[in-house]
Amino acid sequence: MNVLSVDRLRLELVSGETVVDDVSFELAAGEALGLVGESGSGKTTTALALLGYCRPGVRVAAGTIEVAGERVTGRSETDLRRLRGRVISYVPQDPASALNPSVRVGEQVAGVLERHIPSSDVDRVVAETFALVQLPSSSEFRRRFPHQLSGGQQQRVAIAAALVCRPKVVVMDEPTTGLDVVTQANLLEQIAVLREELQLAIVYVSHDLAVVASLADRIMVMYAGSVVEDGPAAPLLARPTHPYTFGLLAAVPDPAEPRTLRSIPGVALGVDERPSGCCFAPRCPQRISACTEAVPPLLSVDDGRRVRCIEWRRTPALVAELRQVAARERAAPLLAVDGLRAEHAERGRRLVAASSVSFEVAPGECVALVGESGSGKTTIARCIAGLHEPAAGRVLLDGTPLASRAASRSRDARQRIQIVFQNPYDSLNPRHRVVDSIARPMRVLRGLSRREAAAEVAALLERVRLPAKLAQRFPSELSGGERQRVAIARALATKPDLLVCDEITSALDVSVQAAVLELLAELQIELGLALLLITHDLGVVASVADRVLVLERGVVCEHGLVVPLLSHPEHEYTRRLVAAAPTLVARR
Amino acid sequence: MTAIAARMRFARTGSGRVGVTATLLLLALILIGPLVAPHDPAAIVGIPLQRPGSGFLLGTDGLGRDVLSRVLWGGRSIIALSVVATGLAYLVGLAIGLVAGYTRSLLDPVLMRAMDVLLAVPPLLFLLVLATGAGHSVVVLVLGVATVHVPSIARIVRAATQSVVVRGYVEAAVARGERTHSILAREILPNVLGTVLADAGIRLTGSILILASVNFLGLGLQPPRADWALMISENRGGITLQPWAVAAPALLIAFLTVAVNLVADAIARSLGTSLDRRRIAR
Repeated sequence: MNVLSVDRLRLELVSGETVVDDVSFELAAGEALGLVGESGSGKTTTALALLGYCRPGVRVAAGTIEVAGERVTGRSETDLRRLRGRVISYVPQDPASALNPSVRVGEQVAGVLERHIPSSDVDRVVAETFALVQLPSSSEFRRRFPHQLSGGQQQRVAIAAALVCRPKVVVMDEPTTGLDVVTQANLLEQIAVLREELQLAIVYVSHDLAVVASLADRIMVMYAGSVVEDGPAAPLLARPTHPYTFGLLAAVPDPAEPRTLRSIPGVALGVDERPSGCCFAPRCPQRISACTEAVPPLLSVDDGRRVRCIEWRRTPALVAELRQVAARERAAPLLAVDGLRAEHAERGRRLVAASSVSFEVAPGECVALVGESGSGKTTIARCIAGLHEPAAGRVLLDGTPLASRAASRSRDARQRIQIVFQNPYDSLNPRHRVVDSIARPMRVLRGLSRREAAAEVAALLERVRLPAKLAQRFPSELSGGERQRVAIARALATKPDLLVCDEITSALDVSVQAAVLELLAELQIELGLALLLITHDLGVVASVADRVLVLERGVVCEHGLVVPLLSHPEHEYTRRLVAAAPTLVARR
Repeated sequence: MTAIAARMRFARTGSGRVGVTATLLLLALILIGPLVAPHDPAAIVGIPLQRPGSGFLLGTDGLGRDVLSRVLWGGRSIIALSVVATGLAYLVGLAIGLVAGYTRSLLDPVLMRAMDVLLAVPPLLFLLVLATGAGHSVVVLVLGVATVHVPSIARIVRAATQSVVVRGYVEAAVARGERTHSILAREILPNVLGTVLADAGIRLTGSILILASVNFLGLGLQPPRADWALMISENRGGITLQPWAVAAPALLIAFLTVAVNLVADAIARSLGTSLDRRRIAR
């Protein structure tokens, strides 16, 4: 019995451009569909359309959507409001902004119920729903405000609000993005239980194949507004038939399988630049002339698999290229951190961010600092870059202790250590052109003239594989991946020996992440650059790091070479992290 | 360099072009106006409070002076004084706000509490006391009006600065050891400029209004000088008989405000974009 059926759905911009085209699928009670795609693929637009909602400027141009026998398309807003929350509901990506900060969480959940089923025993049902999502159901807890809850609890409240009317279908839009791995793993487990208990049909939208793999029965991969492949989860992940799915799987880092990542060449297209034929053709290695002539139909392959590729038979099989992590000779360390202790002052209290942290980075080596949010990893990076004054301990470069503040360090030291920040959207000055941003460190730290610096910018842009014409652009005119490359180019501009990378791929799409990590590995080999990688993602660690330090609440709890550490973690905390990290290998 | 390019680019957007044209028109009016004025602005040339017509295009004011001539003469002082006062206020307010927002030392509370003290004094009272103590000169007037604006500008700039200092590009500048003044000028100032420009037009109007009220109280410019602000206050009484003596200068002040706001908004919008954006999107 299908509770959700979508038939040839097409969404358009008011200006006539197609945003999403030809989406058809059916979903039975208790079934979970993973909707996978990168930013701009149309996955969120599609998901919202299931609730009869279109963002301003977007409209349903063709096709039908039916939820539990009720037609969603072509209905008035008033009618749709009766359906939303009762028959089909939505769990948003960021609970911190989805929950009203000035309304108590219990009331927010009760509000949904009162709207649809006013006669019910509100208090009892809300308490039950809280218990269902494993939140304390006490009235004390329900009287709290969103800011008094952790990120995981906030997301559970959002899920409670979505489930309180016991809908047939729940649309979840990246509900675990932004949560720590352990919290994410708990939540995913909980969602699987709920689905079983309530016979929920779930549409799970995510950019993360590994997360989707742990939950979905079926996976639908979207690219540039069309479904490129869809089918049962396990075979799709093991043997992709569309070249994009293949590329995506080759780009996903996996902690259970340390392998070299392969990025997809080229960049994703905007809505207004989609080609006339197959949307993936410009980036496709198996393109033939017929691909660019007409949009290929969704072909049925085998066992319920559909693929939008006329040349799908040529899609290669996935072969994991396992990384060879050679043990290094012990060279004199480039960077040494010795007994570092860092604190934050907050409302007169001292919070310890890191304590007695010691480690070394050899020239040309890649060391990863891994931990959840609040483990102190970013603070350690900031101490090394001279942005945070340590409370105790030393940072040594080539055996010479460094001053705690960047301003008091020698020019040489500042030039040799460079840092790249997490958020590519705020690490470049929006008022400076790319060329100025990259040239500035050369002028300040290497004393180059304006002309000399400008001449080197072109070479650096090529180094990070960006076209030279980007030099004259402003950051707002670049994509996230392009910005992060510019930020890396800016760091490389001083010809550093050590690059501190603070979560530099966490804001990027998987395929873009793979390209950036590929670049880092290349720089490490070609320039002999040492890398200090700060990350929460064990998959990233597995794909690029040589050695790992695991941080738990500011203390290094385990360290060692990447392969033995990830495959045989010894410390309890590391074990928990490794167990919680989403992986694709287990599903194959 | 970026700033110069921005300055050349902003006039190419639709409303920016309108703003620039309107500002230029107004400047032309106050510069050429006195040359083409039909009468001496201070001379009594007709019957008081005549309606437009009979040789006087905008009628006469309460003393029988030609309104058109007074309007043509009267823009210089008020625009010059308010522009200088507002500009000065921004110069000082920006400096205080940037330093207070950037520093994490005691300087921040010290500066900001000083601003609060200034903010607590009613502007007109402050100007009255100032004029009584330091005399009625134009310099005192300009400094006084500037001082009235400084605290609120400093507060806005400080808040904007605080949201910018935590950004990655500021951290990157700190990490490469840039001097404080170059961080303030290169990294922070261009990014608070948008916020600052958002109320520049209104603040200029504010200066005009303060100057007008000060003139009205007899502390600023003295009659029989032709001045838009003075004209509004002088002719209030006759507004039912001869509305043009008030309406003409008031409309011009409104026109000035709109023009300045359009220009300021266009500059704010043009920051951090290249004009060939549309081409890039293709």
